Amino acid sequence: MSKMISASRSQPARNGSALRESNAVKALLIGTALTFLALFLFLPLVIVFMEALQRGLTTYLEAITEPDALSAMRLTLLVAAIVVPINVIVGIAGSWTIARFDFRGKNLLVSLIDLPFSVSPVIAGLIYVLLFGAQGYFGPWLREHGIEIIFALPGIVLATMFVTFPFVARELIPHMETLGSTDEEAALTLGASPWQTFFKITLPNVKWSLLYGVLLCNARAMGEFGAVAVVSGKIRGVTTTLPLQVEILYNEYMGTAAFAVASLLAFLALITLAAKTILEWHYAKEIAAMRHNS
Amino acid sequence: MGDRLLFNAGKHVLVHPRSAPAIGRRRRIFDIGLTLAAFAILFVAMSQARAQTVELLNVSYDPTRELYRAVNAAFSAEWRKKNGSALSIRQSHGGSGAQARTVIDGLNADVVTLALAGDISAIAERAKLLPQNWQSRLPNNSSPYTSTIVFLVRKGNPKAIKDWADLARSGIGVVTPNPKTSGGARWNYLAAWAWADRNLKDEAKIRDYMSALLRNVPVFDTGARGALTSFAQRGIGDVFLSWENEAFLALDEFGPGKFDIVVPSLSILAEPPVALLDANVDRKGTRAVAEAYLEFLYTPAAQAIIARNHYRPRFPDAADPKDLAKFVKVDLVTIDDAFGGWAKAQKTHFADGGTFDTLYKPSR
Repeated sequence: MSKMISASRSQPARNGSALRESNAVKALLIGTALTFLALFLFLPLVIVFMEALQRGLTTYLEAITEPDALSAMRLTLLVAAIVVPINVIVGIAGSWTIARFDFRGKNLLVSLIDLPFSVSPVIAGLIYVLLFGAQGYFGPWLREHGIEIIFALPGIVLATMFVTFPFVARELIPHMETLGSTDEEAALTLGASPWQTFFKITLPNVKWSLLYGVLLCNARAMGEFGAVAVVSGKIRGVTTTLPLQVEILYNEYMGTAAFAVASLLAFLALITLAAKTILEWHYAKEIAAMRHNS
Repeated sequence: MGDRLLFNAGKHVLVHPRSAPAIGRRRRIFDIGLTLAAFAILFVAMSQARAQTVELLNVSYDPTRELYRAVNAAFSAEWRKKNGSALSIRQSHGGSGAQARTVIDGLNADVVTLALAGDISAIAERAKLLPQNWQSRLPNNSSPYTSTIVFLVRKGNPKAIKDWADLARSGIGVVTPNPKTSGGARWNYLAAWAWADRNLKDEAKIRDYMSALLRNVPVFDTGARGALTSFAQRGIGDVFLSWENEAFLALDEFGPGKFDIVVPSLSILAEPPVALLDANVDRKGTRAVAEAYLEFLYTPAAQAIIARNHYRPRFPDAADPKDLAKFVKVDLVTIDDAFGGWAKAQKTHFADGGTFDTLYKPSR
């Protein structure tokens, strides 16, 4: 970028006016982007915290330590703790298969991985109601054997998994494809086992894309509303996740409590963001090197 | 790209000792198996942990949140005193029809406390969790409390809205949810119809009145709470057709200085019924506590709580006179008398091609 600018500065004077104009355009574009971000991203975030704290810190603390809110928090974290590792394992396996091998039906597999992005979350929830609900295909059998899936933790996990499935794979596939397989081939030729190759070569090569994938996946897993709302049954203190709890509180005219719980969600998101920034900052050189190589 | 082709052509197994991938594969299968086993154990553990405490699940509709919070606290205390065992009552709230659907799909409710008898009948018909004659198993049509439809207007009633006739005047904005999706809105619609039926008598005049009223509705929200938000917070319309208990709740919530309640000359008796789901309580072994819970609703203690939470108690003697004072005496018609029951009313008025469809013409 800097090279380009200095190159254009050394151009003859007739390009000067064009340059000034482009500066104005640049300022305008940056200004628009910043205003837009401030209005649509930063302001709502500030409002969440302002509304949450409007009746003082004590009310805020009461709202977030209330048993239903705590149970919602626990459930949300538990769901994320189950969903994210599964999606990471399956996501890595899927993207590695797609990036490294040519096989029949590969395009189909790629489309399947993308499917959750194109299906509405509500439909994702209903699919599981149709499969495991009392009137569904497996419902009667499950009921006979006392296994609860829908309107219980397993259903919420399944719905969240469906919705967040593509995040890891979508980040990894393009990166793995551009990296190519020379490093891995070299390792294999030198006698490394496939697992050694995977853990010492493949994984370190893609670890940054993987991290982004995990962060996105985690954020969505904790924030998912639509699909979870369908399979939750909204039993208070048992099957309500944080986003559902926010809706419940808001509908009960407990606006302050709703925003307090919403601020917990925002807080979780901010922690995620901070973790990412710290890691990036800590490994700045490594990232630069990686970008350079690819 | 070239690398990849080379790699694929090379088939890395050829440049590698054959045994290693086989070991890797075996280990991978082992890992997958281990993960699955861990999940199976987790799921089983979850359902086991649930079974140990006595839990009752009451699946209810939207406006009963405050009522059942109070009822549950009182009943748990009484249960503990009588039986010495702890009881936790869980609540699930939502639109009445949607909640019925969820129970049909397998939500493990012990009791349902919904807005319309039709919604519980749907559970009896489709999921067969309770017998068809469920409504005759408890006193008073299985409805321990009733409510009616009243008008919520802005403070001081600036548009002088007194009765149903005023809702069809031009220049009045009427806020009511969509009868297609909201149980409460059906009561509103039928209450208006019942008034028109008694006062205008002639079928053509009733239809004129109803279509004039519907023309005054600026927007049909899908549910009662959404419609109330439109009216109270976004300032849309002049009058909100509301459950009486919701209207009182709105006064509590938004402050008495903002709205007034107007009770029309005639309204409809809403009987929100309660029922036990036999198939569910027998499977869970909670029949005794579920039965006691529903019977508790008819006791003086519960009837007092009901009046305090703005529902009309069936047995007002038990309630605090102060709570009863707010209920204005109103001429109430029932669905059975005026419309021949819910099934018939549903078919005539709200099914596809019913009176709502023919009378409501969205302005273009």
